[in-house]
Amino acid sequence: MKVKIKVWRQKDQESKGGFKIYDSPELNPNMSFLEMLDVVNEYLTDQGEEPIAFDHDCREGICGTCSLVIDGKPHGPHQGVATCQTYMRSFQDGDVITVEPFRAEPFPVIKDLVVNRKPFDKIMQAGGFVTVRTGSAPDANAIPISKEVADTAMDAAACIGCGACVAACKNASAMLFVAAKASQLNSLPQGQAEKDDRVINMVAAMDEAGFGNCTNQYECSAVCPKLITHDFISQLNRDFVAATVRKSFKSKPSTAKV
Amino acid sequence: MNIVTALLKTSIGKKVIMALTGVVLVGFIFGHLVGNLQIFSDPEKINAYAHFLQSLGPALWAIRLFLLVCVGLHIWMAILLWYENKKARPRDYAANHTIQASYASRTMKYSGLIVLAFLLYHIAHFTVKSTNPEFHEMTWTLADGTVVLDVHLMMVVGFSSLPVSLFYILSVGLLSLHLSHGFQSMFQSIGLRTETWGRGLKVVAIVLSLAYFAGNAAIPLSVLTGKVCRPASVEAAAESVSTSLNTHSE
Ligand code: HEM
Ligand code: SF4
Ligand code: FES
Repeated sequence: MKVKIKVWRQKDQESKGGFKIYDSPELNPNMSFLEMLDVVNEYLTDQGEEPIAFDHDCREGICGTCSLVIDGKPHGPHQGVATCQTYMRSFQDGDVITVEPFRAEPFPVIKDLVVNRKPFDKIMQAGGFVTVRTGSAPDANAIPISKEVADTAMDAAACIGCGACVAACKNASAMLFVAAKASQLNSLPQGQAEKDDRVINMVAAMDEAGFGNCTNQYECSAVCPKLITHDFISQLNRDFVAATVRKSFKSKPSTAKV
Repeated sequence: MNIVTALLKTSIGKKVIMALTGVVLVGFIFGHLVGNLQIFSDPEKINAYAHFLQSLGPALWAIRLFLLVCVGLHIWMAILLWYENKKARPRDYAANHTIQASYASRTMKYSGLIVLAFLLYHIAHFTVKSTNPEFHEMTWTLADGTVVLDVHLMMVVGFSSLPVSLFYILSVGLLSLHLSHGFQSMFQSIGLRTETWGRGLKVVAIVLSLAYFAGNAAIPLSVLTGKVCRPASVEAAAESVSTSLNTHSE
């Protein structure tokens, strides 16, 4: 099969950038989308043209490095699948496929299809630590956790931090990512000690980075390669309200008065 | 961070304000609708009800002020969020990228703005009556002899104008659209919605919006089609009064 790709080309962060259309060489339908780009890049290199820069690492849907908005949908046409696990057999011979970088003010395009997702690291850092006893390994099951709670926390922990939720959101909001990362710990007994600070600080880092505001349209969960549910956004909202109310009225220990 | 700064300065806080003011406004518009549906009863009914509201005096003003603050906050936050959201995505995608966002959710700002324009007109029309000063002159004598404003006649005369009625119907249509998303959205914004009952919430939101539209559209439509009009006895009485006045002046 052969396709045409309409790709965003941009030399560096400062350049303007624009779309270019390339004809792919003959492709095997069982190639992944990224392998298709590899083949196109080899062809471009042969032609003396700069290859298309795109992010990738594990190529097995677990690292969250690949990105791309393919025909308007982050991570391509399927549900619950990352770009690296999207295969050319999902397209028709002769298709024109539009490939764009994630678009969000906090995710500037560095080159072609590569964006800088550093604000996600800042949000993770703002989340801080979890108080645990170090030393010898704790007894297994010393803290009882119901299956349902453990499963919920695991669902949230499945987030690979790819940023597709931001890319898909009409407002470039990072709520699904932040909600998943906060709820992963907020759901568990081990995460209770720092829960209020975690919620408030992560939301502050998210706002600080310049992401948009959630308007509850759920475009995020529709494209999430890990099918993170927007129930976690509801949970984050609830935790944020509770944390703010508690913090506003709670008396502080004398040492905490700075 | 205290509650006020959290509400006004954080993304979630602003959404909570949208939701809480939304709850108040939804409560108000449904109460208002139920009150107005009394037009389908005897003129005495709605005129007495309107008189009761007027007689609340300072309490009426307190309620008006509270509603005004809610509308003001709702719009202020809507504009802030709108501005911030635009800033967060300076360049949009070349390809169409709507996956599951409903039409209503994508047009909240436009439906909201037209509802605002309608709100201003509606207040000028029926509350301040600046568009139709003659409404001030319409009076009705209640069963107990109190002379009150004839709200029934005001509505019948007001909605006899086709353009006015059409604008009302269009606006409540857009308000219903606004509600079909807003009613679900507010539960999510304050953290109460989950997938467990989200589907039910969606159905309730749609049924409520349709009912709201039907109830509101019924009023101008019934006036236009003559289903709601002045009872013959009342007309006859009014007629005789004006005739006697005319005779008098001659
Ligand atoms: C009586 C009139 C109104 C009612 C009953 C109403 C109701 C609501 C409700 C319940 C919400 C959901 C809150 C949330 O998302 O948490 C909402 C959101 C919103 N409203 Fe209104 N509203 C009214 C008027 C307006 C006006 C005049 C505007 C003017 C611009 C407006 C603009 C918006 C916007 C932009 C949203 C946010 C949508 C979103 O986040 O998805 N509304 N409204
Ligand atoms: S929530 Fe989903 S879409 Fe968002 S960063 Fe995590 S894995 Fe990616
Ligand atoms: S490259 Fe690792 S998830 Fe796609």
